[in-house]
Amino acid sequence: MNNNEIYLAILVMVIVNYFTRALPFLFFRKKKLPKFLVYIERFFPPVIMTILVFYTLKDVNFVEYPYALKEVGAILFTGVLHVVFKNYLVSIFAGTIFYMFLLQYI
Amino acid sequence: MIKNHKKEFKKAFVVSVPVMMGYLVLGFAFGLLLVSSGYDWYLAPLMSIFIYAGALQFIAIGFFNAKMGYIDIAIASWFINLRQSFYGLSLLEKFKYAGKFKHYLIFSLTDETYALLTSIKKDKSISIKHFYFFLAALNQSYWIIGGTLGALVGLSVKFNAAGIEFSLTALFIVLCIEQYKNIKNKYPFLIGSFAAIVCLCFVPSDKMLVSSIGISLFLLMFLKKRVLNEQ
Repeated sequence: MNNNEIYLAILVMVIVNYFTRALPFLFFRKKKLPKFLVYIERFFPPVIMTILVFYTLKDVNFVEYPYALKEVGAILFTGVLHVVFKNYLVSIFAGTIFYMFLLQYI
Repeated sequence: MIKNHKKEFKKAFVVSVPVMMGYLVLGFAFGLLLVSSGYDWYLAPLMSIFIYAGALQFIAIGFFNAKMGYIDIAIASWFINLRQSFYGLSLLEKFKYAGKFKHYLIFSLTDETYALLTSIKKDKSISIKHFYFFLAALNQSYWIIGGTLGALVGLSVKFNAAGIEFSLTALFIVLCIEQYKNIKNKYPFLIGSFAAIVCLCFVPSDKMLVSSIGISLFLLMFLKKRVLNEQ
């Protein structure tokens, strides 16, 4: 995108993001949610996080050598770190540095 | 304003300290990634001031790269932060008396600020709306400072940044693990993976996110019984 397109994209995100947060103040004043919304509210966040993991890997080639082994390795490394240390800053930073090392030196 | 409400400001600062570390560091990573992806440094403060959303700002760099359409950006932005559309429910009462601060408090309702606002004990000796406002504004200021510093450091320190985009993947891996701890149900992850893999194979990459969201919403409704039985 060029700069003007980026400004427009940012403007779209500014508006949508504000309305995302303002929605209950505009519509759900009675605090009673329809049943299917309660269900979506509960189960959609893990779905979108999973999709976003794949989305960030959309340009990685999984079908030819080296079959995205570096990416998969770094994902496992990050996941294990997070399960063990339970500190998201440690997991994200160490995981990224590990991946950069794999990419640049191996 | 701070002068007249020193007490509120002090208390807000103390409460905000745990968020400070997180926002400074994550904001820094955002600024660094933005500049390493070839974008202007001032977009970091611009986005952090006016958008102010962690995951969305990170993924926005991907939107710029992919030249995604504006409608797709709007849909994706809403679904990425969908959970925040429900935060307000527990704050309708609390924000009722916030007066001129109300719009800012709604705008600045990130995961962390929400967590703090809903877990603080009542304190009748302070002006609660000023306290809320200071807390929200302090948190955002950490995010802006972190992002701006990251962008400036990325601009001035030359290093081989190849692979730094993995910080985005790592962020979502971590968020997935946190979600799993919360929900203890494998179906959302299976549905998300299935939808994403199908779309990676059959849909052009600029449409991949929106089509995955569509397919997974359909599957989530279609498999509702199964998903709920897993609990």
